[in-house]
Amino acid sequence: MLAYLIRRLFAAAVMLVVIILVVFSIFFLFPKWAGVDIALSFVGKQAGPDAVEAVRLKLGLDDPVFIQAWEFFKGLFAGRTYAAGGDVTHCSAPCFGYSFRTEQSVWPVLTERFPVTLALALGAAVLWLIFGLAAGVLSALKRGTLWDRAAMIVALSGVSLPIYFTGLLSLAIFSHGLGWINAEFVPLEDSFTGWLGGMILPWITLAFLYAAMYARITRATMLEILGEDYIRTARAKGLREQVVIRKHAMRSTMTPILTMLGMDIGALMGGAILTETTFSLPGLGQKVLDAIRTQDLPFILGVTLITSVAVLVANLVVDILYAVIDPRVRLA
Amino acid sequence: MTAPLHEPTAETAPSAAEEAAVAGTEAKAVQGRSLGRIAWERLKRDKLALAGGVVVLLLIAVALLAPVITALVGQDPESHHEDLIDPLFGTPIGSFGGISGEHLLGIEPVNGRDIFARIVYGARISLLVGFLSAIVAVIIGTVLGILAGFFGGWVDALISRVMDGLLAFPQLLFIIALVSVMPNDMLGLSGTGVRLLMMILVIGFFGWPYIGRVVRGQTLSMREREYVEAARSLGAGRFYILFKELLPNLVAPIIVYTTMMIPTNILTEAALSFLGVGVKPPTASWGQMLSSAIDYYQSDPMYMVIPGVAIFITVLAFNLFGDGVRDALDPKGSR
Repeated sequence: MLAYLIRRLFAAAVMLVVIILVVFSIFFLFPKWAGVDIALSFVGKQAGPDAVEAVRLKLGLDDPVFIQAWEFFKGLFAGRTYAAGGDVTHCSAPCFGYSFRTEQSVWPVLTERFPVTLALALGAAVLWLIFGLAAGVLSALKRGTLWDRAAMIVALSGVSLPIYFTGLLSLAIFSHGLGWINAEFVPLEDSFTGWLGGMILPWITLAFLYAAMYARITRATMLEILGEDYIRTARAKGLREQVVIRKHAMRSTMTPILTMLGMDIGALMGGAILTETTFSLPGLGQKVLDAIRTQDLPFILGVTLITSVAVLVANLVVDILYAVIDPRVRLA
Repeated sequence: MTAPLHEPTAETAPSAAEEAAVAGTEAKAVQGRSLGRIAWERLKRDKLALAGGVVVLLLIAVALLAPVITALVGQDPESHHEDLIDPLFGTPIGSFGGISGEHLLGIEPVNGRDIFARIVYGARISLLVGFLSAIVAVIIGTVLGILAGFFGGWVDALISRVMDGLLAFPQLLFIIALVSVMPNDMLGLSGTGVRLLMMILVIGFFGWPYIGRVVRGQTLSMREREYVEAARSLGAGRFYILFKELLPNLVAPIIVYTTMMIPTNILTEAALSFLGVGVKPPTASWGQMLSSAIDYYQSDPMYMVIPGVAIFITVLAFNLFGDGVRDALDPKGSR
């Protein structure tokens, strides 16, 4: 187990370095090749030529690429100081970048917004797991029945609806039309019930999309597994159907679902951009949208990096969980 | 699995060949008909998939004939009709967002552009990006997938790692990042043109691993088959085997995954335009219309419903058709 753990951790560390390099390339290398003035896109046209020149110096954009990459990398772990002559800006570790436009370090802004994103993702995950799995398993067991068809049509519609459209519809119907819910976001510290009211529609909207995906995949996986020989064997040796389903079929069905769950939750740590935008939730995703509108690249960079790291960590956790559940994995 | 693939009925009198096929073993039946034929026979019985296919064809026709259709109703997507707007609220005069004989689906708030014409033109953007980015993904995915599966070793290890990495990471965010750092004009294009090109390339780039993974798996299982060995023993070169022996056998899975990728791409385009990194007004795009509708979802709900329904119908039709094609081409499927 220890050897497996070390191997996994090492692989994750390598992957982390690759991710950092990829994100660096997206923001500093590609634009350079495409002939974009990076300093200008970091600070904006209205800032004036002097400010652009200062940013160019601070980011060291005229240095060789590998030095720039190293500075970027080092900043993440040891903090970074941007200097242009006497004008010095400090960004303490972990330095996910510095917005020259708003004169803020990226990291504190993101950590402040993170709880909203976390609450949205986890709440929705609970809902979609319950409903997605239940619908998928039932459909597989009752294949071809009216229930199966109805559930699969709902699921197919679910994956065909843009999430911001379902979000807007739910706002128009439940909040504005029927007046059941006051869908304004309220911070948890201010009022628990207010917070719950503000989160319920985003949770349901986000969970609906994922539940639809999970139901489709659970059904397909389960049907495949029910056709396997070991299920026939289990039935042949006289096990009760309930035991066959629960102990034999469900266990194998859960394996790919667990992987998906890890990845999906990891990816949502960067904010559900569309959901947060639709419901005006002040999470990471909404910050990305703001950053797009104000052309504030450091924030886009920061969120991209955080999300990638979250996916990496989620992957690692899932891998380790597997090894705990299934001893064969450790040897592979 | 014992059910014949094609059941003769009274109105479709089976030809001699088909009769023999039905009477004979299943293996014989498969031998008698091409893959396309078998798939078509199955697809024909799947009413939902056919309905999806018909809607897809209609949408393609609408997109191609957009100028003709809008000319027929006497509207165009970019003219303003401020006289039909309530000056106080900025919303269209009349019920249901100003729907009238003149403006079939009403008009937009504030500037009063005709929504029907914008929906018709929006279909062009959606389908263009949906199809072309799928083609980009298919080309990259097929080439790299075949190379990985056929050569194995470090080539496979490298390509597979890259595919895993690309699949694992939140695509929308990376697409946003890439699109937002890209220049405003390149390759002689600017404005909407360059944004469309960017979206097609970037969406295609993030889509190729889906195709690549399947192609790699299929290639891996096929490269040791007898027919490949036979070709090799006759002195066929690597590239002959790759493209003349293996590629034709990959057509079915590639078609399936391409059909299933198009609706996802359409949703991504809509999302990007919704977020303001895709197509910008005055060019009409469904996602961008929904994004402007956010501010009016209470005062003018029709403005939000129409583009939303347009996206929904389009994506649903492609999904229904795609599911049908998958079932029809699946050799294991008995449905």
